[in-house]
Amino acid sequence: MAQDTYTEFANTGLGRRVTKALGLPQPAKLRRYRPNAPLVEGPVVVVGDGEASDTLAAQLVSWGLDVRRHVGPKEKLAAVVAVFDTISTPADLSDTVLALGGLLKQLLPSARVITVFRDPTGTEDPAIRAARKGVEGLTRSTAHEMRAGGTANGLVLSEDLDVAAPSVAGGLRFLLSGRSAFVSGQFLTVSSVNGALPEDWSAPLQNQVAVVTGAARGIGAAIAKVLHRDGARVILVDVPAAGEQLAAVANQVGGTALQLDITAEDAGERILEHAQQHYGRLDIVVHNAGITRDKLLANMDASRWDSVIAVNIESQLRMNRAFLSSELFNRTEDSVGPRIVSLASTSGIAGNRGQTNYAASKAGVIGMVSAASAQLEARHGTINAVAPGFIETEMTAKMPMATREVARRLNSLNQGGRPEDVAETVAYLTSPAAAGTSGLTLRVCGQNLIGA
Amino acid sequence: MVDIRDAVIIGANRIPFARAHGAYAEASNQDMLTSALNGLVARFGLQGQQLGAVAGGAVLKHSKNFNLVRESLLGTPLDPKTPAYDVQMACATGMEAIGSLANKIKLGQIDSAIGGGVDSISDAPIVVTDELRGVLMEANRAKTLGQRMKALAKIRPGHLAPQAPGTNEPRTGLSMGEHMAVTAHQWGITRQEQDELAAASHQNLAKAYDDGFFDDLVTPFKGVNRDNNMRADSTVEKLAKLSPVFGRNLGDEATMTAANSTALTDGAATVLLGSEEWADAQDLPKLANFVDYEEAAVDFVDGAEGLLMAPAYAAARMLKRNNLRFEDFEYFEIHEAFASTVLAQMRAWESEEFCREKLGLDQPLGSIDRSRLNVTGSSLAAGHPFAATGGRIVGTLAKLLHGKPGKLGFISVCAAGGQGITAIIEGR
Repeated sequence: MAQDTYTEFANTGLGRRVTKALGLPQPAKLRRYRPNAPLVEGPVVVVGDGEASDTLAAQLVSWGLDVRRHVGPKEKLAAVVAVFDTISTPADLSDTVLALGGLLKQLLPSARVITVFRDPTGTEDPAIRAARKGVEGLTRSTAHEMRAGGTANGLVLSEDLDVAAPSVAGGLRFLLSGRSAFVSGQFLTVSSVNGALPEDWSAPLQNQVAVVTGAARGIGAAIAKVLHRDGARVILVDVPAAGEQLAAVANQVGGTALQLDITAEDAGERILEHAQQHYGRLDIVVHNAGITRDKLLANMDASRWDSVIAVNIESQLRMNRAFLSSELFNRTEDSVGPRIVSLASTSGIAGNRGQTNYAASKAGVIGMVSAASAQLEARHGTINAVAPGFIETEMTAKMPMATREVARRLNSLNQGGRPEDVAETVAYLTSPAAAGTSGLTLRVCGQNLIGA
Repeated sequence: MVDIRDAVIIGANRIPFARAHGAYAEASNQDMLTSALNGLVARFGLQGQQLGAVAGGAVLKHSKNFNLVRESLLGTPLDPKTPAYDVQMACATGMEAIGSLANKIKLGQIDSAIGGGVDSISDAPIVVTDELRGVLMEANRAKTLGQRMKALAKIRPGHLAPQAPGTNEPRTGLSMGEHMAVTAHQWGITRQEQDELAAASHQNLAKAYDDGFFDDLVTPFKGVNRDNNMRADSTVEKLAKLSPVFGRNLGDEATMTAANSTALTDGAATVLLGSEEWADAQDLPKLANFVDYEEAAVDFVDGAEGLLMAPAYAAARMLKRNNLRFEDFEYFEIHEAFASTVLAQMRAWESEEFCREKLGLDQPLGSIDRSRLNVTGSSLAAGHPFAATGGRIVGTLAKLLHGKPGKLGFISVCAAGGQGITAIIEGR
């Protein structure tokens, strides 16, 4: 993994003084998830009115949090949940927004601002949609204004969704927790009442069986480790040539290693066969394997173009067809069916010089999950994508130093994410608590300016 | 007969075999065996499991590696409460380890086991001369400084040359290749048929790799993904250009070259065995049963029989005991110590005279269908890290027979000291 020496320096006593005096970026040490650590360390304030805010406040109280409606001017706060459930025109935003604004200076490091509102596309009424889109805009801008590792994200509810739906609570908890450390300026949509909250929040994937492709290193290895930590049994897939590292990761997480080229015609069937043999079930698929073969389009050749398309998207489409026609990947428990999470990229959203092939494949992933959610719905399942921004991996460690240093700072958190940050979001989307979210592409990018 | 149960071959893992003094030059036997075990553990999710036994060995090993298998096991995620022990039967080490573990499973003494072996030419133990060792031991026993000085004064420059382990037969001083050259000549094995067998070995192994056959049998090690002795473009024409290296005293009749003899290689191989109940309880696959195996030895010292011909005798006894004939077998895995080893054994089984005189049979055992022989390559292509070969063959054959219930596979492995093992595997 690349070493972010600057962030380490900026977090020393001297570093803080120097960076401040020179007006340099001040990347904070982010609060990351640890099992059994407190969800947040400080009071959570709920602003806004309506039934929804009461329901959410009650949910927060049930988790043992210090939930407030009002706070004194000196109190330090861990999070503010701003509920905009009853807005019918942009003028209605004012009260709640200003209440939120009044609290921002009291936020602790790595604090959370979470806006809760209805999906703008759920209404044809211009004033209502304008108001809801307004919440998106103010959430993104708040994310830019957050300091000391703080983030701001939106929790978006579909039009008639019951606020008490499990995935509303699941999403709220994800956004509050250290799991979302590198997620900022994003919107997590909940569109169905499917889902189940875990008995034990430290093991949300208990009894689940997951397959992770590209699991030998980097983000894939991190995903395997986080899924295992969350209680899942993991099948780790990578190409035979990566077998030695794959075995090492498999042995770390107590999983099984399956050496397999995912572009093989029967890759999906072989994964199913392995899952059937060793576990008798398959609940979660994480399509992480991917390659880059960068070249300017003017210099692009067929092998670079075709191999990226074949590995990054065609293989996923083919494997999904196999999974979705199998009975093994069709198990429903507590309204939660099979789940697929696919790795996209901010390149697939914004494009990137030299990456026409990669961007095409990753934009393809985003298209695939939005279209396939209907197929998964038929099995009570979900399919989502996670789009990482700049992540400190072996791959980004090979970038030229100056390019890497710029890429790292081009986001609201002034630092690159870690593979675990991506893995935490993937793990959330595979959890039964997230079963109400499907067809979504969630960015883990620290609110990267690229493609914002 | 005691009531015995099936010993099931669940799966296997090996590291790619590498030519000596190459990719694994810096790796020890323990490094390689540990890696092969780690890959097996990862493939079958055996982390934290306490197995009945792990057995294997190395032909060339340091005296410090007296507990090689146990030490290797302790470097894996297997439960350290798993017993392990070393086995040594030259090139048949792996077969002997696997066969005896299978017997323990059949008898109900253990429910699960890993058998295999490892060998490194690159990490061979270098020792001091017997003369120097004698002096040093004498000095060690000395009670006074004077006695010690007196003993040490006996050291001569010639004593200081390091001694690498030889592969020559201690009782004849001949290398294995020279022994084989004599046998090959006696049986009239031609250069052409040896080269054909060698080329087929490379081509079959390369095709098996390309087909993904080894995807669940091999885990890469130190950046090596495939056996690096393999030459996919090997042809009889190319091999015909090489000069003989063994039996050169035969002049024009010398047939054994570097290509139709096995290269010295480093590597490790392991096989997971279990009872049917254990495999089912662990949700593990059942590729094949390890049915039976037989050891044999021949009197090669005074030339009564060829050094590597023992499997010819083992086969006869094993087939008789199991009431089987060669026609009953789907696949044959005959270890290619040399191409001529395979050919001489097959020639012997076809010979009415040999089968009558030496094996005491009324009629020859018969011929072996070449299209069923070493179908995914053998030692000439893959290489032959001595003790690792048994594990390679058992894993390969079990996979070939998987999904063919009741179909049989035959194994023959010759070994130094005039010994050999044959075995029967049954698909399921």
